[in-house]
Amino acid sequence: MTAIITSPETVQETGPAAPAPGRPWRGLLRQPLGLLSAGYLLLLVVVAAAGTLLTPRDPEADDLAHTLSGPSGAHWLGTDRLGRDVFSRLMVGSRPTLLGVAEAVLVFVVLGVALGMVAGFAGGRTDRLIARLGDLVLAVPGIIALLMVLAVFPDNNAAAMIAFGLISSPSLLRVVRAVTMAVRNELYVKAARLSGLSTPAILRRHILPRLAGPVIVQVSLFAASAVLAETALSFLGLATPETQGPSWGNMVGEAASVISVDPWLLVPTGGMLVVTVLALGLLGDTVHDLTVGRARGSAVRPVRRPRPAVRTAVAVAAADVAAAVADGAPTEQGAAAPLLSVRGLTIAFPSPEGEVTVVRGVGFDVARGECVGIVGESGCGKTVTARSLVGLLPGGGRVVAGSVAFDGRDLADPAGREVARLRGSRIGLISQEPMSGLDPSFRVGSQLAEVVRRHHRLTRRQSRARALELLALVELPDPASVARSHPHELSGGMAQRVSIALALAGEPDLLIADEPTTALDVTVQAEILNLLRSLRVRTGMAVVLVTHDWGVLADLCERAVVMYAGEVVEQAPVSDLYHAPRHPYTLALLAANPHLAAVGQELPAIPGTVPPPSAWPAGCHFQPRCGYATEECGAGAIPLVTVAGGHQARCIHVDRLEAAR
Amino acid sequence: MVREAIRWLLSSLVLLFVVTVLTFVLVAMAPGDAAKAILNARSGGYTPQQYQEMRRMLGLDQSLPVQYWHWLDHLLHGSMGTDLFNGQSVTQALGSRIGPSLSVIVATLVVSGLVGVALGIVSALRGGVLGRLVDVVSLGGLAIPNFWLALVLVELFAVRLAAFPATGYTPFGTDPVQWLRGLVLPVLTLSAGAVAFIAKQTRDAMSDVLSQEFVTMLRARGLSTRSVVLKHALRNAAIPVVTLLGLLLVSLLGGTVVVEDIFAIPGLGQQAMTASASHDLPMIEGVAFLFTVVVVVTNLVVDVSYRLLNPKVRAS
Ligand code: SF4
Repeated sequence: MTAIITSPETVQETGPAAPAPGRPWRGLLRQPLGLLSAGYLLLLVVVAAAGTLLTPRDPEADDLAHTLSGPSGAHWLGTDRLGRDVFSRLMVGSRPTLLGVAEAVLVFVVLGVALGMVAGFAGGRTDRLIARLGDLVLAVPGIIALLMVLAVFPDNNAAAMIAFGLISSPSLLRVVRAVTMAVRNELYVKAARLSGLSTPAILRRHILPRLAGPVIVQVSLFAASAVLAETALSFLGLATPETQGPSWGNMVGEAASVISVDPWLLVPTGGMLVVTVLALGLLGDTVHDLTVGRARGSAVRPVRRPRPAVRTAVAVAAADVAAAVADGAPTEQGAAAPLLSVRGLTIAFPSPEGEVTVVRGVGFDVARGECVGIVGESGCGKTVTARSLVGLLPGGGRVVAGSVAFDGRDLADPAGREVARLRGSRIGLISQEPMSGLDPSFRVGSQLAEVVRRHHRLTRRQSRARALELLALVELPDPASVARSHPHELSGGMAQRVSIALALAGEPDLLIADEPTTALDVTVQAEILNLLRSLRVRTGMAVVLVTHDWGVLADLCERAVVMYAGEVVEQAPVSDLYHAPRHPYTLALLAANPHLAAVGQELPAIPGTVPPPSAWPAGCHFQPRCGYATEECGAGAIPLVTVAGGHQARCIHVDRLEAAR
Repeated sequence: MVREAIRWLLSSLVLLFVVTVLTFVLVAMAPGDAAKAILNARSGGYTPQQYQEMRRMLGLDQSLPVQYWHWLDHLLHGSMGTDLFNGQSVTQALGSRIGPSLSVIVATLVVSGLVGVALGIVSALRGGVLGRLVDVVSLGGLAIPNFWLALVLVELFAVRLAAFPATGYTPFGTDPVQWLRGLVLPVLTLSAGAVAFIAKQTRDAMSDVLSQEFVTMLRARGLSTRSVVLKHALRNAAIPVVTLLGLLLVSLLGGTVVVEDIFAIPGLGQQAMTASASHDLPMIEGVAFLFTVVVVVTNLVVDVSYRLLNPKVRAS
C-alpha cells in the first residue's frame, strides 16, 4: 500500500544486456553496508522464529503500575499503555510481519520465476499469452484486490499477503523472461540444445545461475514493499488486529492512540520498520551493483574512462614534461600568425590510481584555410587531442599543461570560458557517429534553427530559412523534407551532412572533423569527402581532420601530424610524409601499405600493439616495435627534431632512416 | 493509430470485465452478506424469514451471473445501483468522494513531479555529494512507512505547532485556503516516498542522457548549458519519467486509503474500506470500477505522452 512500485528501470538494467556473474554473494563480503543489512535480516529471522524464547520479558504481561514508562534499564524501549515491555513486543511482533512477507515472497518468486522462464524459453504464442496475462494482473488496482481478499478472509494476513505476492509477480516475471530470453539466444546455450541437452537441464545449468542476481534484487525490493504493505494493513486493522497479538503494524496503531500522551512510542515502532525496509533496500542495491555493475558515472562528464593505469601524471618525471613542452615546437609557416597554435598540450584522465597522462607535449599549427590531418592508430590520443581543442574532453579529462591559442586567445584555461564562447561560432566540430550526435527528440530543422539563432541575430522565420540554406549547402537533395525529419529517419550519410550543416551554422573559421567518414559506407565516405573539400573551397575555413585512413588524409590535407602513443612522432607536408618519411613508425605504416591513396583503407597492421598510457616505455614510445631501436632509444625522452623545412620527427636515428632509403 | 486505439479499448474492456467479475465472485464468497449486515445494524437480530426476505429484496437470492448481468445492464444505463445501507445512489456517493481523493492524488503528483524532477536534475548535474544525498534521501523516503510518517507529521505540525488541521477536508468551493491547508499534511505524507522515487529515476534518466554523444555535440555547437540541460536533455529524460509518473499515480490509489483513514478525509479510499467491510456489493463494485477506470485512463495518458515525446515510437 505504501509505494508499491517495482521500478521498470530494473527490468532494463538487469535485462538482456546484463553481464550476470553467477555468484553475487562473494562480492557481498566486500560491501560493508550490504553485509550489515544481510546480517541484520538474518538476526531478525532468528528472533521471529524463536518467538518468546529470546524475549527479555513476557510480551503480554501487563504492569499497570508502569504504563508508558519510556526507556529504562528494566524496559529498554519503554512500556506501552498497559505497561507491557515494548522491546519484547517488537521482537514477537516481527513474526506476523516476517511470516506475511515470506508468504508473499514465496508466491512472488514461484510465479515470477516459473512463468518468466516458461515465457522466455518457449517464446512464441506461450510467451505472448503469459505477457498479456502479466499486463492484466499488473493493471488491477492493488488496493482493491487486497480489500476484496480481506473481505473474503477477514483478518487473514496470509491471504492478503499471498494476494499481494500474486499481483506483484508480473514485475519479476518480466525480468526473468528478459534474462531467460537473452541466455537462451546465446551461442553456448544453442550449442547445448543442439547437442541434445534436455530442456530442464538447460534451465537448471545455464539459466537458473544467471537468474540468481536479478531475482535477488527484485525479491529484496519486493520484500521491502511487502513489509510496508503488511504493516499498513495491520495498522489499519484490516489484518493481524491487536487481538491476535502484537505486530509491528498494530503497535504503530497503538502508539498512535496514545500519541498525545507519549509520542516516544512512535520511535521504536517506526524505527524498527524503517531499519528493516532500509536493510532490504540496501541489500537489493548491493546485489544490483554487484551483478550489474555500478552503472552510470555522472553528468555532463560522460562515462568513458581510460584504462586504469599505474603511471600517473605526477609520476611523469617533471623533466620529461618540461622537455615535451619545450619541443612542442612550431613549424614555421611563413610570416602570418597561425589560426590555431597548439603547444605542449598534455592531457590527463582520472583513474582509480590517480591521473593518467594520455597525451603529452603535442604541438602543431594550423594556418587560416589550411587542412591539417592528425593520423595514428586508435588509442594514440588523436581524438582526445581534437576534443580538447573545443574544451569537450570526456570522462573528467583535463588539460594539465600546454597552450591552445586560437586567433590570439588562449583556449586552454581550466574554466573553459573562452573556448565556450568560440564553440559553434568560430570552431565547429563534427564527430564519428553522425546519428548519435543528433538529438533524437527534435526535428532536424528545429535543431538547426536553434543553432543558427544562437550565433546570429535572426528572427525565428529567418533562422528557419537559414536552416534550409544550410541543408542545401551540404548538398542534401530535399532540404525541406530533411528539415521536417527526425534524426532516426535519416541515413548515415544524410545524418553526417546534417551534422556538417550544424557545425557550419555559426560560420566557423575552423572545423574539427573527428573521423567524419569512419562510420559510413565506402561510397558515402567518398561523397562526404568531396563535400568537405568543396566546402573548404567555398567557405575558406581551416580544417583539422582526425583520421586513421591514409586515403582520407591524402585526399583532403596539406599537412599531417602523425601521433603515436600520446605523442607527435612526425609532422610534415603530406607529400613529404609519403615520399620521405623520417620516423620509423611512419615508415612502417607506409611500407605495409602500398596503395596509399585508396579511400577507406585503414592503417596497416604492424607487429605489436600500441601500448596503453599506463605502459608507455621510458624512452621512445615506439621502441618495443621499432626496427631501428638501439639502447639509447630507451634512455630518456626523445626530442622532436626538425629534419627539413616544415618537417619534424621524434627519433634519434633520423639519419639512419635517411641512409636506409 | 486507429489500431492502437482499438487495442487499448479492447484491453481496457477486458480489464474492467475481469476486475468487476472477480469483485462479484469474491464478495459472494465472503463470509456473511449484506442482508445479515443490514438486519444486524437495524435490530441486532432477525428471523430466518426476515433474512430471506431481505436477501430477495437485495437481489442476493439470484444466481451470480444473473446478478452480474443486472449490474452490467444498469451500468450501461448509467447507474451503478444504490448503497445497500442508506439507499444513496452509488454514482452520487462516489461523485461526492472523488473530489477529496483527487485533490490529494493530484497535489501529490504535482509536488513530487516538480520537486522530484528538480532534485533529480540537480543531482545528475552535480553528481558527487549531491548525487549521493539524493540516493540516501530516496532510500529513506521509500523506507519510511507513510502511515507512520502521517502520525509524526500530525504530532509535529498539527498538535505541537497547530500550523495545519490534523483531520478533515474542506471542499475547494467552500474555502480554497482551508482546502489547501487541509491538504498539506496528507500530501506531505504521500510525497516523501514519491519525491524520492521520482528524484532517483529522474537522476538516472538524466545521467544517462547527459552521457550521450549528442549532448557533447550540442555543446560543441555552442548551445547554452541551459538549453542543453533543460530543453534537450530533459526532453529525452522525460520519456522514462512520464511512464514512472503513471506508475506513481496508480500506486497512490493505495496510498490514499491510508491517508484518508488517518486524516479522516471522506474520499474513495475510505469508501472502499467501509464498503468492503460491510459487503456493500454495489458500492464495492462502484469503487472497483472507478479505480480500474483510473488505471486504464492513466495508462492511456502515459501511452499517448510516450508517443508524443518519443518520435521513434510515433513514426512506427
Ligand atoms: S628513437 Fe629509436 S626507437 Fe624511437 S623511433 Fe627512433 S629508432 Fe625507433
